[in-house]
Amino acid sequence: MMLLWIFLVLLIGGALAWLAQRGGRDWPRWVSLIVLVVDLVLVLMVWSENYEVASVASRGTWFAELDLPWIPMLGIRFHLGLDGLSLLLILLTIGLGIMAVAASWSEITDRVGFFHFNLLWTLAGTVGVFLALDLFLFFFFWELMLFPMYFLIAIWGHERRVYAAIKFFLFTQGSGLLMFVAILALVFINHQQTGATTFDYFALSGTELDASTEMLIMLGFFIAFAVKLPAVPLHTWLPDAHTEAPTAGSVILAGILLKTGAYGLLRFAVPLFPDAAMSFAPVAMALGVIGTLYGAVLAFAQDDMKRLVAYTSVSHLGFVLLGIYAWNELALQGAVVQMLAHGLSTGGLFILVGALQERLHTRDMRQMGGLWARMPRLSAIGMFFAIASLGLPGLGNFVGEFLILLGAFSRSAGFAIAGAVGLITAVIYALVLVQRAFHGEPRGAAALPDFSVRHMTIMAVMIATLIWLGFYPQPVFDTFRPGLGNLHQLANGLTEAAR
Amino acid sequence: MAGADLLAILPFLVLAAAIVVVMLAIAIRRHHDLTFGLALIGTLLSFISLWPASEVAPRRVTLLFIIDGYALFYIGLILATTLSVLLFSHGYLKMRRGPQEEFYLLVLLATLGAISLVASRHFASFFVALETLSIALLALIAYPRDRARPVEASLKYLILAGTSSAILLFGMALIYARLGTMEFTLIGDRLRTIAEASDIYWLTGLAMIVAGIGFKLSLVPFHMWAPDVYEGAPAPVTAFIATVSKGAVFALLLRYFLNADAYNFGSVFIMINVLAVASILAGNLLALLQNNVKRILAYSSIAHLGYLLVAFLAGGALAKEAVTYYLVAYFVMTLGAFGIVTVLSSVAGETEVEELADYRGLLWQRPWLGGVFTITLLALAGIPLTVGFFAKFYAVAGGVGAAAWPAIFALVAGSVIGLFYYLRVIVIMATPVAEAEAVEFETVPWTGSTTLAALTFILIWLGIYPAPLISLIRLTALQVGN
Repeated sequence: MMLLWIFLVLLIGGALAWLAQRGGRDWPRWVSLIVLVVDLVLVLMVWSENYEVASVASRGTWFAELDLPWIPMLGIRFHLGLDGLSLLLILLTIGLGIMAVAASWSEITDRVGFFHFNLLWTLAGTVGVFLALDLFLFFFFWELMLFPMYFLIAIWGHERRVYAAIKFFLFTQGSGLLMFVAILALVFINHQQTGATTFDYFALSGTELDASTEMLIMLGFFIAFAVKLPAVPLHTWLPDAHTEAPTAGSVILAGILLKTGAYGLLRFAVPLFPDAAMSFAPVAMALGVIGTLYGAVLAFAQDDMKRLVAYTSVSHLGFVLLGIYAWNELALQGAVVQMLAHGLSTGGLFILVGALQERLHTRDMRQMGGLWARMPRLSAIGMFFAIASLGLPGLGNFVGEFLILLGAFSRSAGFAIAGAVGLITAVIYALVLVQRAFHGEPRGAAALPDFSVRHMTIMAVMIATLIWLGFYPQPVFDTFRPGLGNLHQLANGLTEAAR
Repeated sequence: MAGADLLAILPFLVLAAAIVVVMLAIAIRRHHDLTFGLALIGTLLSFISLWPASEVAPRRVTLLFIIDGYALFYIGLILATTLSVLLFSHGYLKMRRGPQEEFYLLVLLATLGAISLVASRHFASFFVALETLSIALLALIAYPRDRARPVEASLKYLILAGTSSAILLFGMALIYARLGTMEFTLIGDRLRTIAEASDIYWLTGLAMIVAGIGFKLSLVPFHMWAPDVYEGAPAPVTAFIATVSKGAVFALLLRYFLNADAYNFGSVFIMINVLAVASILAGNLLALLQNNVKRILAYSSIAHLGYLLVAFLAGGALAKEAVTYYLVAYFVMTLGAFGIVTVLSSVAGETEVEELADYRGLLWQRPWLGGVFTITLLALAGIPLTVGFFAKFYAVAGGVGAAAWPAIFALVAGSVIGLFYYLRVIVIMATPVAEAEAVEFETVPWTGSTTLAALTFILIWLGIYPAPLISLIRLTALQVGN
């Protein structure tokens, strides 16, 4: 039941936040904050109960499960399951949710209640995606997180918000429907084989498919996840959506929504269709490397700071794609750490850009420069996140990227070498960002308000977590390793068979 | 005719009696509220009489009608829809000039035609029921007869309905000439005895019937009338045409295909596929070009009928279940959407609130109506937590069950295009208006707002927990007698 509450608290909280608007502008903010903290406590309770179990993996890989009938005639169940991977991603979701509420405290002054309703419902949909073990339920949540996000961008976004919001919605909805067709095809084939209609993850993973069918169904899933991830060439929605969204929207989009794509690959596209995934791996790894380099080059070319940060996401998630399809223990661990670290570092950068825009009313780096002299605290923190983003040793991103490259090297030296070039390009765009925005001659003498206590607090939490991930990621490894166990076994089995 | 027969057709008898009572009441004394009340009670009584009728179902009543679970479900659905159309009409007509009473009489007549249609098992009853429906609709479309557009729309409908009826009759005649029967089940039986499956009479006849029905359902390429009629007709009538008229014809088409074994012919399968793909793509693409909410909804309805055909393709129990669920969802969503247009037009004098510009800022000026419209549009787009999501699930499931891949990909592409114009309307409703423009609004009639609230409740409830409806469909609508 704990799982249901983790999800329901957000849904109910969203409705409450909307209603709380009657009390005044601050009410929805406080309600959302309290709701998210309560939810965080719930998840931490589940983690602490299961931490020992997770490290030794004696009780199977699921910490908690919930299985209720929903639409029994169609074999659809409300089946939730939590393992280490979902737990970490949910922690990230709720953590960044708190950051997003805090970051929009002064930015959003219009229709505050509806804003927080959409924010919490997006988070609820995401948590649902990370928990669902019934494919229908998964798709339900997958779609559920879209429309609140759409409203976040379309109502509170920047100049070209309507265009960006619609583009975002169309890309994800269209690819989602392809996945839905693939799910139904899988269910029908399973029905022909067993006579039972079921959408259950475990029942469907036993379906026998011939090679071409498996590949087609796998591609249905892959396209949906590749749009979300995003993988080049399906990434074009991302720069627009990230740039036009309000700060909280960008943080959630980059920090969490992109991770649902990677999570989908890890949980569904690869383990349900191992043979097809194995033969597709070179293509996916190539897409990953292309994404890494292409994203980095485009990031370098941007004048709009927010757009720059958006393109770095394409680059970082390219690494994740490479790691997932390199498909050995090291690379998979790297991919998960990279997902977490990217959520934090990019979330931090977006909050920073949001704060800059609030102060300067522009995101154009040509109008910045010399900000260090005028806002030392903000600039120092900006420097930290830029450096985290380029993968400095000692911070989370380095651990992720290093492990991914190490793992990928044993699969294919060529991809690993090409991917490693991405590390260098990352240095270029990150340092260019610091150089153009913070260094150089100040553009004006007027004093600008530096980071407030509120901003300093959330930034401190994110910095601390990134350093922790960089120096002592072992608890994180221990938590998600059992959840990825079946992937390792599949990989080993397939490589054995290949020999 | 035995007593059980009379019991079985009790809903028809009650509704027919109600029509006579309403007519007499109008002759004795013109009174808007009284006529409305009588029509409402008549529809309700007819709905209640479904329970005694279900006691004797399935039962064949003469050669013409069959009262089985399938018929009962659709009669119930149509009567419930008529009920909400009546409720919407009351507030709408109250604010308008001219005699209002005959409107209710015509709605009941059209409903009688529609419920006879879903219980037909014979070409004769099929045709008579269809004409009852069409002729009543003709008068309803031109009801505001002092305005040009409704009259023009009615004339268009008259010509196209006449043409399509002629084509339909020709098709029936060809089949009768070849097989010597007009009963659906006997057609199926005799077909099996014909050696060559590609019998030219039968196939031509079927093609003409599908074309005739295609007009009524406004499938592409028989769709030209729909946007003009939707735009010209008074909003509650548009709601009625989009739901009851199309739904009843679709239910009949499915019964005909099931009973006459029309699924077994490859060429028929291809024909339905082509109609589905054309309707989905053309409907959605043309909707992009519209600036009038009623026209947008007209094209969206063309696309939805295309989705329905994808569900229809599956054949067998899956088709019955998928089509029925989709139709319920489509009824709820369409009633909701046109309900909003009706309710807004109710307080707009003699004009219809139909231009997109009229909806600017609705979400902030009338948050409840705007919210309901937003939810309805999201449902039409098939977003979760609404009934539209499960409808889309059934459509895709039907297509996958039939392995109709071109139609499925058309559905996916169509949904994405569809989303674009639904979102466009939502964006316009969410555009803030300057304070100066924000004037105080008249409150909308309570009949309309209550009905909308009920529809929204159903729309969300079926989107979260559709199990009871699926059980009901399995209990009733899957029982197709012969």
